[in-house]
Amino acid sequence: MSHHNTTHVRTISDDISDITSQNPELCYQCGKCSAGCPLRNYMDEAPNVVVRYIQLGLYEKALNSATIWLCAGCLTCSSRCPKNFDLAKFMDAVREIALRNGIKVKDKNILKFHKAFLRQIKNHGRSWEMGLVKDYKMTSFDLFSDVENSPKMLLDGKLNIFPHNVKGKDKIKSIFEKTEVKKCK
Amino acid sequence: MKIGVFICHCGENIGRTVDCARVSKAAGFFPNVVHSVDYKYMCSDPGQNIIKQAIKDLQLDGVVVGSCSPHMHEKTFRKAVADAGVNPFLCEIANLREHVSWVHDDMDVATDKAIDLVRFAVEKVKRNAPLKTIQVPVTKRTLVIGGGISGIQAALDVANAGYEVVLVEKEPSIGGHMSQLSETFPTLDCSQCILTPRMVEVYQHPKIKLLTYSEVEKVEGFIGNFKVTIRKKARKVDDTKCTGCGDCMQKCPIKKKALSEFDENLTTRSAIYVPFPQAVPNIPVIDTEVCTYFKNGKCSMCKKVCGRDAIFFEQEDQMLTEEIGAIIVATGYKLYTIDKKPKNSEIKGYGEYGYGKYKDVIDGLQFERIASASGPTSGEFKRPSDGKEPKKIVFIQCVGSRDESKGFSYCSKICCMYTAKHAMLYKHKVHDGEAYVFYMDIRSGGKMYDEFVRRAIEEDGVKYIRGRVSRIYEENGKYIVKGEDTLAGVPVEIDADMVVLATAMIAQPEASKLAQTIGIPYDKYGYFVEVHPKLRPVESSSGGIFLAGACHSPRDIPDSVAMASAAAAKAMVLFGSDMLEREPTIALVNENLCAGCFYCKKVCAYNAIEVKQIFDRQGNFVKEVAYVNSGLCQGCGTCNATCPSKSIELIGYTDEQIYAEIAALM
Repeated sequence: MSHHNTTHVRTISDDISDITSQNPELCYQCGKCSAGCPLRNYMDEAPNVVVRYIQLGLYEKALNSATIWLCAGCLTCSSRCPKNFDLAKFMDAVREIALRNGIKVKDKNILKFHKAFLRQIKNHGRSWEMGLVKDYKMTSFDLFSDVENSPKMLLDGKLNIFPHNVKGKDKIKSIFEKTEVKKCK
Repeated sequence: MKIGVFICHCGENIGRTVDCARVSKAAGFFPNVVHSVDYKYMCSDPGQNIIKQAIKDLQLDGVVVGSCSPHMHEKTFRKAVADAGVNPFLCEIANLREHVSWVHDDMDVATDKAIDLVRFAVEKVKRNAPLKTIQVPVTKRTLVIGGGISGIQAALDVANAGYEVVLVEKEPSIGGHMSQLSETFPTLDCSQCILTPRMVEVYQHPKIKLLTYSEVEKVEGFIGNFKVTIRKKARKVDDTKCTGCGDCMQKCPIKKKALSEFDENLTTRSAIYVPFPQAVPNIPVIDTEVCTYFKNGKCSMCKKVCGRDAIFFEQEDQMLTEEIGAIIVATGYKLYTIDKKPKNSEIKGYGEYGYGKYKDVIDGLQFERIASASGPTSGEFKRPSDGKEPKKIVFIQCVGSRDESKGFSYCSKICCMYTAKHAMLYKHKVHDGEAYVFYMDIRSGGKMYDEFVRRAIEEDGVKYIRGRVSRIYEENGKYIVKGEDTLAGVPVEIDADMVVLATAMIAQPEASKLAQTIGIPYDKYGYFVEVHPKLRPVESSSGGIFLAGACHSPRDIPDSVAMASAAAAKAMVLFGSDMLEREPTIALVNENLCAGCFYCKKVCAYNAIEVKQIFDRQGNFVKEVAYVNSGLCQGCGTCNATCPSKSIELIGYTDEQIYAEIAALM
């Protein structure tokens, strides 16, 4: 007897499986990710609930949550997950799918920050903090937040005036050009 | 030869995918087949009668049954054939279920394959010889390995049936983990009160030979006829003289150097010690690692105070051999520790819970000792760091269990229940205390088990929070437990005075080594494996070796006791007859051909190949050849495949039979 469903329709859950090489059904909803998440208190949904929405097929709810944008990718959840489920990777995939589907990002500045960061990588092959600050401030007009940290960061050598490029940064640029999703709202 | 073919539908199991009527019709045309029928349930009584009747009516002398796997019903059909007066080894099974209907969709293709498999079996049965089972005598003595509650129960059951038992325990006392427990769920009766009388019963039983502080070194032989070598480790105390007065322990100047194993490292003990006051036997043992005499020869206080001259520093390990018929393995479990450096490299520690560096973050057995009237605090709730009464305790379930990232994906089964018990015991003594339990699921299947958990919640006010804890850290003398209530979707932070981790039950670290010594299989976690998970749950795949208790899988006291009694019953079944029947399908050496290269001896997994010397009539040595010990040979055929001169055949599976089968398929 064949037990395979031959009329399977591709779902967002399948896309996530492909992007992350891990099945969202691996998550058994213990909540340890949410328990340890440093940004949990700012999120509208607990991280494990976002996974639950995907498991249940409630994709709209998952893609429209602010949680996926607040996730900073710190990997605390991934490193503590009893099922070895890489939740940070999962969140990345959900964000990617949200962008592809043209879903409105809850906090626009977060996307601007992501983009500003990626532009540093594209242009220099690595992060250049000063360039990141400049780029983000210029695109978001969020000019004054966190400014008080800059003197200490400058003194600690965390903000370099000049970028430090990697060898073969042209090749990195070409990777970006080939893979970039052109239309993001 | 007159062969009958009988095709079974197995209800719908085979019939749904295989056209059984077409198979039986096709088989009717095979050479030597004189009779061929199909029937819905060939294994049923009427089905077997069809076979028996055909044998009688048509004088059949060969039978092929097309049915399920021979693992399932070969015995059934061979017995039916034997009842009708034909040698049972002239019956062959064609597996039409596991090999055909369960793995194919297309009826035409499946039916063609079924016909091929029947032809294959017909060709084999044509070349089968009538065989006789091998008879071997049985030694009616049982070896029980492990003196915890499972081993005690098994030993008492076998001994009370009148058979001799040798009980081997590696620790200085029997009793196992159960002797450490405070009260037991779901009735809250005192663990020691129900266990210690049984320990004494073992000690005094005329049929039980108790060997504590001993380990099984070697097992030779086979079912009914094992020869077991046991190492009796040197106690450095003469057990024939010692009365257990305890003077030596009191006078021992070393009091603080060794941590008490019985109290789970919460207290210390002297260098000469009994694990606990109710130990059986009540004979101390010297810990030579910490004893001053064994370090520099200076102190011999115990020897001086001993009125019976029982201290025996020069005592050496002793080797004993025992003739044994059945072995019951009951070596129990260990608790997983959250430490940074676990012994097994596959297992990881819990950095997020502090790798065991917080004194008041303890495990379930340590809590048992604190809650126990015989424990370090005499049953009062005092936390290990400063002896203060904890006013807020957090219990965390599934620590290690169901945690693949730490190396275990299984459920330890007992933690839901003992955590409810812990929280309940705490609330009974500390009325103004708060108890929180973090859980993922509550698994309380068992008689009065779920009622017990509900009682903890409804009557004793234990707060259950559904979610796994992410982190524990110390802040201002409190242990901050960070969790999430996944039912409410809110983060939870509790500032606890003490945290109790329900850590996983794991196999004994030496379990795989023991399994290799006695020759039984074990799984990736080190638990011993049964032959059949449903129908033969207490037998190992090695004949005459049975399993009891938590060495097989995590289980609680009632389950362990039930399994131990079952294993004892299996041993007694073995002792029910004086001679054992063994399958005659074993290897046979053609001594004329054998060149004596002994490749077979090297590859035999059962040590069944022996060296035999051949002499001529005048008594002159001619050559050495291989000889198969029919008691040990399991008929696996490895020697048969290895032999370069093709001088070993497997009876019942000769090369001629195999080639004929292959030819039938071509």
